Amino acid sequence: MSAAAVVQGQPGAWEPVIGLEVHVELDTATKMFCGCAVTKGDAPNMHTCPVCLAHPGALPVVNQRAVEYATRIALALNCTVRPRNVFHRKNYFYPDLPKAYQISQFDEPLAVDGWFEYSSGDEKLRCRVNRVHMEEDAAKLVHAGGEAGRIAGSEYSVVDFNRGGTPLIEIVSEPDIRSPAAARDFLQQLRDLVIELGVSECNMEEGQVRWDANISVRPAGSADLGTRTELKNMNSFRYLQQALESELPRQVEVLEAGGRIDQETLHFDPAAGTTTPLRSKEEAHDYRYFPEPDLVPLVMDPAWVEEVRAGLPELPGARIARFTEQYGLSRADAVVLGGAGALARFYEEVVARGVDAKLAANWTMGEYLAHLNAAGLEPGHGHVTPERLAGLVRLVAEGTVSTSVAKDVFAKMIAERAEPAAIVETHGLGQISDGAKLEAVVADVVAANPAQVEQYRGGKPQVIGFLVGQVMKATGGRANPKLVNELLRKTLDA
Amino acid sequence: MGTLDTLRLTAREAKKLLVDGEVSAAELTKAYLEQIAAVEDRVHAYILVTADNAAKYSTKVDREMQAMRGPLAGLPIAIKDNMVTEGVTTTCASRILGNYMPVYTATAVRQLWDDHVVMLGKTNLDEFAMGSSTENSSVQTTRNPWDLATVPGGSSGGSAAAVAAGEALWALGSDTGGSIRQPAALCGIVGMKPTYGLVSRYGLIAFASSLDQIGPLTRSVYDCALLLRHIGGKDPRDTTSVESQEAVELPSAERLDGLRVGIPREYLAAGIEPGVRASFDETVDRVEELGGTCVEVSLPHTEYALPAYYIIAPAEASANLARFDGVRYGYRAADSADLITMYERTRGEGFGPEVKRRIMIGTYALSAGYYDAYYGRAQRVRTLVRRDFDAVFEQVDLVASPTSPTVAFGVGSRTDDPLAMYMSDICTLPVNLAGLPAISIPCGLSEGLPVGFQLIGPAFSENRILDAAHALEAAIGFVTAPAFRDSSAGPKPGEGGPATAAAAGATS
Amino acid sequence: MIGEDDVRYVARLARLHLEQDEMRRTTGELAKILAHIDKMSELDTAAVPPTAHVLDVVDVTRADRVEPGLLRAEALRNAPAVTDDSFRVPRMS
Repeated sequence: MSAAAVVQGQPGAWEPVIGLEVHVELDTATKMFCGCAVTKGDAPNMHTCPVCLAHPGALPVVNQRAVEYATRIALALNCTVRPRNVFHRKNYFYPDLPKAYQISQFDEPLAVDGWFEYSSGDEKLRCRVNRVHMEEDAAKLVHAGGEAGRIAGSEYSVVDFNRGGTPLIEIVSEPDIRSPAAARDFLQQLRDLVIELGVSECNMEEGQVRWDANISVRPAGSADLGTRTELKNMNSFRYLQQALESELPRQVEVLEAGGRIDQETLHFDPAAGTTTPLRSKEEAHDYRYFPEPDLVPLVMDPAWVEEVRAGLPELPGARIARFTEQYGLSRADAVVLGGAGALARFYEEVVARGVDAKLAANWTMGEYLAHLNAAGLEPGHGHVTPERLAGLVRLVAEGTVSTSVAKDVFAKMIAERAEPAAIVETHGLGQISDGAKLEAVVADVVAANPAQVEQYRGGKPQVIGFLVGQVMKATGGRANPKLVNELLRKTLDA
Repeated sequence: MGTLDTLRLTAREAKKLLVDGEVSAAELTKAYLEQIAAVEDRVHAYILVTADNAAKYSTKVDREMQAMRGPLAGLPIAIKDNMVTEGVTTTCASRILGNYMPVYTATAVRQLWDDHVVMLGKTNLDEFAMGSSTENSSVQTTRNPWDLATVPGGSSGGSAAAVAAGEALWALGSDTGGSIRQPAALCGIVGMKPTYGLVSRYGLIAFASSLDQIGPLTRSVYDCALLLRHIGGKDPRDTTSVESQEAVELPSAERLDGLRVGIPREYLAAGIEPGVRASFDETVDRVEELGGTCVEVSLPHTEYALPAYYIIAPAEASANLARFDGVRYGYRAADSADLITMYERTRGEGFGPEVKRRIMIGTYALSAGYYDAYYGRAQRVRTLVRRDFDAVFEQVDLVASPTSPTVAFGVGSRTDDPLAMYMSDICTLPVNLAGLPAISIPCGLSEGLPVGFQLIGPAFSENRILDAAHALEAAIGFVTAPAFRDSSAGPKPGEGGPATAAAAGATS
Repeated sequence: MIGEDDVRYVARLARLHLEQDEMRRTTGELAKILAHIDKMSELDTAAVPPTAHVLDVVDVTRADRVEPGLLRAEALRNAPAVTDDSFRVPRMS
């Protein structure tokens, strides 16, 4: 069925054409055009001034650090930073827009023509970036009296201007994304990148990163662009994916039935998992862009731009490549470990303590990551330090504990906040490699399981697994499995 | 100490009196408050007279004269009501500001506070500075003290009338297309628009951001320089403000030897009234008597300046005035059922007809499909106007013209025809498009009403302009002594013969 | 040539309510003004760069340092309607 195939991004009659416009709130100390503090969660209207309240006579002044942060993003996305950029007024009326225009950028933006490489499944994908530009965020608008804070059915609305004027960077992609999963991966990895650049915490709940998706479909292999619908102002990866999985097949069905796609804005209902057009009372916006007369043009000194470039941290793309080379990891593993800075740093600190890179990789991606997710921790936080994880990995490498026992030690490490070696000692979890001891147990197991011994000798060598299991059970999982295997074979083959 | 004649006093003289101890700051302020009480019911220059505060503060200045010294301390001033003054309501002569109480003070005004001037009050203007007569004010129409049946000009008509009527020693106004110079000309006083960027616009309620400038309205060129010295400077809150390469000097020139003055033929073709033309020509002769050389020059794109201005200014204004939406301050239409109704009624009721007209033109000019034909094209015409001036200033030092094509016109005589009103600015608005400095000084009378002479200079040539104007002013010897007559009680300006001329009173 | 439909559209964009007679009058006035402004089309300006800023100034920015702003009471003092320390507006639905 072509609709499902569309969603999976598989070759079929139709292919998805998805573009994303991502908005990122910067972590500067002050707002884009005034000296009010950028804050989170404070009581309403505690951080305002004549400028961000748009009092008569107030004028904007550009925040230098915002320009620097925006440039970092542009360079990390391989964009060309234009020699000169200019602000424009984007005019429309809304209560969260105090000037009734947003100071943004139009046809002379900060940067253009970049790309972002990201991974989706096993593939390495590239999405072109059309532009990166600077603007200011709107204030916070809350609707009262309606259902779940929606506009529909509300009695009145209130505006909190704390957020109004926060520096906002807009990243516009070309419609190069070909599946909902890819869209999700693009966003997650873009977010990781922006966090690494140190320009934004990209906190999803706070809405520090939001995006619009432009969605259309076209016959596979075609170069034309179909009519697109828009999903606006999302801040959940899961909802985006679900929305795309709902909208793409819908478009295919309409087109296959001979219908037309209307260019409209969609609303996603997470409960129903469907998208429906917004019955919008507003006409299409006529933004009447013109150059902002209160701000002079910004000229980007090439030497300064190079300084910014030199100051960029190692980017995920480069780090992933380095991990495959330096640590001999597969690309898929390198993506997991190297994609995000905090985890990558943690992993490298474990390896730096002299343990095997691949073993460290397995433990970091496995037990450690699962622990972080369960405990809601960021990498590098909590009781599992690189030192402790390295200690545990070392014990496994040396054969002091078996892998399965090590998992138990890991759990105890967290619960008891203790060192791995100490836990092994305290709980007597050391692997038993004493030949004499094990021979005795092996002898008991062989004696207790004549049927399996019979089967083994009768030509079913895989039965040894069961017998090994019995020895492990008898030793509380601590027997050295390799040695047990050897001893069993010696006994059974004799 | 005899009564202070506010109808004759200059700031320079007033300062001398203060310094010499012949008069106190309190007495000085009192004299102006008394004049306001005497004539304000005929002139209507002020929207708000801050009498109590002025009296108190002037007393304080006297008491703390040691600490509150400085060239401007104790001198009373009037401020056009489109500059925000913290703690003092600011209306912009519009209903839509409602009871707006500013939470900060405009930088230029703040600088004057720091210099310990005494504010007498906020003066009347055309609503949002859009107009040439103050007839667009939602508060009142100001009357020209020379003939109360005529307008004082606009939009800084209140400031100009106050100074001319002795109701203020000097005043601040703003100029977007001639709004300081034209009322100065019509009221027989000095008015100057500085180079764009010389004075901070922070706190000036924006009309057209790329054209607006704050400037002085005074009784003498010396006073103009003195005030200008104290209101300018690069302001970190206004990125379009700049520090001038040279400080504004107090003028002292007595002659104009070596000065080359260009007279643009296009300005003289612009429907100049015969009486204005005669006065202008006489002044040109005086320039030459003082050693200057006057030559005809050409600013070929002059006729396109008005159309370009009437796209650019309304376009920028349409965006600047969009913040008046009833959400955060000012007037809000009561009992609005929903937001859109609130917006539309607030703005429909709060703005006057001229403001609405300009918002509409501006919105239209920027709207989808029209940008290139209107705003885009106007910005290019602007370049041509600027280039005309640049070329002319290669040949001459200053450009001279009549400030206004006519003398003060009758109240109500142009209100039915917006275009006719716009034509008042034909000699002044090209200067704003080019961002250049220009001054208007009174040069004579026509039918008993003042005529203004305009001098325009290259960017940052304030000192040259002030010096030239100062020398010329002395040679002209104009006396700003309006008679407060009311021709609506008798022959109108332009009517009647010798009887009218005799009744005109003040002569040069 | 601007007509009443254009004026209606523009009034909507500018959130200006015009009464019927205002609409008619404004259409006439705007038509006249725009006719005069059309004089500009006599010029060939294709090769002329636009002047967005008369000043030759570029690159004016400020340091990312917090400046004292308004107390909330000051911010709200001019507000036509306040609820929960926020600016209240009529229903948007």
